[in-house]
Amino acid sequence: MIEERFDAIVVGAGPSGNAAAYTMAKEGLKVLQLERGEYPGSKNVQGAILYANALEKLIPDFREDAPLERHIIEQRIWTMDDKSYVGMHYRSEDFNEERPNRYTIIRAQFDKWFSRKVREAGATLLCETTVKELLRDAKGKVIGVRTDRDNGVAFADVVILGEGVNGLVGQRSGLRSELKPDSVALAVKEMHFLPREVIESRFNLKDNEGVVIEAMGTITAGMTGTAFLYTNQESISVGIGCIVSDFAENGATPYGLLEAFKNHPSIKPLLANSECKEYAAHLIPEGGYNSIPELYGDGWIVVGDAGQFVNAVHREGSNLAMTTGRIAGETVVWLKRRREELSKANLAEYKRRLDETFVMKDLKKYRRIPAFLHNNKHVFGLYPKLVAAAAQTWFRVDGADKLSKEKEILKSFRKGRTLSGLIGDAFKLARSWR
Amino acid sequence: MHIVVCMKQVPDSAQIRVHPVTNTIMRQGVPTIINPYDLFALEEAMRWRDKFKGALTVLTMGPPMAEDSLRKALTFGADRAVLLTDRFFAGSDTLATSFALASALEKISTEFGAPAMIFTGKQTIDGDTAQVGPGIAKRLGLNQLTYVSRIVELDQAADKIVVERRAEGGVQILSTRLPVLITMLEGVNEIRRGTLDDALRAARAKIITWNAADAGITDLTLCGLRGSPTIVKKVFAPSPRAEKAHKIPTADVPVELLAENVISEIFKRQPAVEGDLMKFSAGQ
Repeated sequence: MIEERFDAIVVGAGPSGNAAAYTMAKEGLKVLQLERGEYPGSKNVQGAILYANALEKLIPDFREDAPLERHIIEQRIWTMDDKSYVGMHYRSEDFNEERPNRYTIIRAQFDKWFSRKVREAGATLLCETTVKELLRDAKGKVIGVRTDRDNGVAFADVVILGEGVNGLVGQRSGLRSELKPDSVALAVKEMHFLPREVIESRFNLKDNEGVVIEAMGTITAGMTGTAFLYTNQESISVGIGCIVSDFAENGATPYGLLEAFKNHPSIKPLLANSECKEYAAHLIPEGGYNSIPELYGDGWIVVGDAGQFVNAVHREGSNLAMTTGRIAGETVVWLKRRREELSKANLAEYKRRLDETFVMKDLKKYRRIPAFLHNNKHVFGLYPKLVAAAAQTWFRVDGADKLSKEKEILKSFRKGRTLSGLIGDAFKLARSWR
Repeated sequence: MHIVVCMKQVPDSAQIRVHPVTNTIMRQGVPTIINPYDLFALEEAMRWRDKFKGALTVLTMGPPMAEDSLRKALTFGADRAVLLTDRFFAGSDTLATSFALASALEKISTEFGAPAMIFTGKQTIDGDTAQVGPGIAKRLGLNQLTYVSRIVELDQAADKIVVERRAEGGVQILSTRLPVLITMLEGVNEIRRGTLDDALRAARAKIITWNAADAGITDLTLCGLRGSPTIVKKVFAPSPRAEKAHKIPTADVPVELLAENVISEIFKRQPAVEGDLMKFSAGQ
């Protein structure tokens, strides 16, 4: 048992736990951070894109020494059928700014850096230490944690759970129910290594410019999901993910989907002659607003993936994790300064502050999207096919007049989905998007 | 009782690759670990430390980042960690390494008390020489017990230690007097996890860091590349001996016959294998 009492124990050294620990340690709180992995980042998987804003709010000058890969100057959004893609690309010189907005990163390196900052701020980090359960006093208030080490008990005024998507501590301690298969995605990714010059010529880049591709369509075999391809300095991250209940129903394998995606005629040339040196898989909480569990109680707060803070529509997660971690930390610092108890009533301040941020506002805005996608699988199969066919009809010059082409395209949509279906989808999507 | 464990931070050889063109080892990005053989030495040392309520110091020579390994040893339960680091040590072979470590051990003796036992792993996984431990023993005039699989008896009052040593064709039972240098064999114990208190202590511990002068070394010509008579003539990755490989075609073989087909093909080409296997299964 650790005799010494801490102001806060943070479970996990990912983006949310690090943000919380950093915020509190910087303000002089005594913080103990516990990480089950061999080093911070060893258990973490992400595409990965870093959104600068959330990190800037913690470490304004992070660009000076953080391990960043490429800043993103071009975003490609593709809908794909088996042979083609229809894309919307946005590339702008404006993204070559002094303080770029988005970067590709490699999490194993980035998390180590972030953790170093946390320790420099004064937090104590113990790795290879798994928290098994929360300890409570007679009144049910959380007063500490029990770890898997011998004499493994430590006490604190508050426990911040940044334990990641599985949230086993919270589950075991009765703070939330088990993850539902229809609100979590399983994603797999590979790192393909290529010389820097090859990547730059293949994607039309210079210096540290980067491109990201987000794709949907028949590549997910009718399941709710997306694929991605991100350029790093000397590697390309490529991956695909779908909702777990869809995998169970469909019988498709994640690696099978990834193989097919890599071999798609639009993707294959981008990866040609590369060497795959790393593969990983991870769960992503994609249930959105309606699947957010209890976020605070007597002596505890939930942050990051454990709180289902992922905006699946915009592929945002780590920024929500950092923001929720920061706000949890700020709330604890604020209560401590006022010598208030870290009770459920007082920690409600965390939720109040969160409601004022983009985190809750965005998740609330898209709260109907998961159900919409779940019930409208043709979005991932039929529409990409129709769009690709329409593009082909439109662009192929074959002697047919343009009016006939327009009519043919309209007819193909009405045949594929009926007029009322089309209008219904548009209406439902608009309503979910609102 | 004071015990010292000498250990080394090594690249994780399971993850090392050889550059296909230059034939050099690609160290970049390869994670480092405590030499796995040293963990058996550390655990053995901790068991005797616990038994005699003594103190355990871990010592390593290496670049500043070798501190990670020392901190890990503290997490397992070591009491004190000393890092010997100096650019003058760069390029040391086993002769120069054992000189530097022996010097540091003398300094440890005066600072923290003379060790009754010094442990090392039987060898490292990067150099694989098994020379540094015996080199230290020779320089410090210690009795040396190499390839030890078990410490049978340790009687401090009678100044006596009895160990089992793996030797070719059998086990030797050896007895000698303290102080002693022991190189531990693999697989004789399992490193403990360390308590939560150990982990906390390790996270906050200050690693004692010495350069050559701190360790009392005055003659720098005995250190590093200058103090190393060993010359590496060539480094190469053995090429796969493709000319000896036979391809067994399996495309037209039905699945249920596949295993049998491959085995009979092997026996056809290597009749001795079949004989050996028969003898082996008869003996079982």
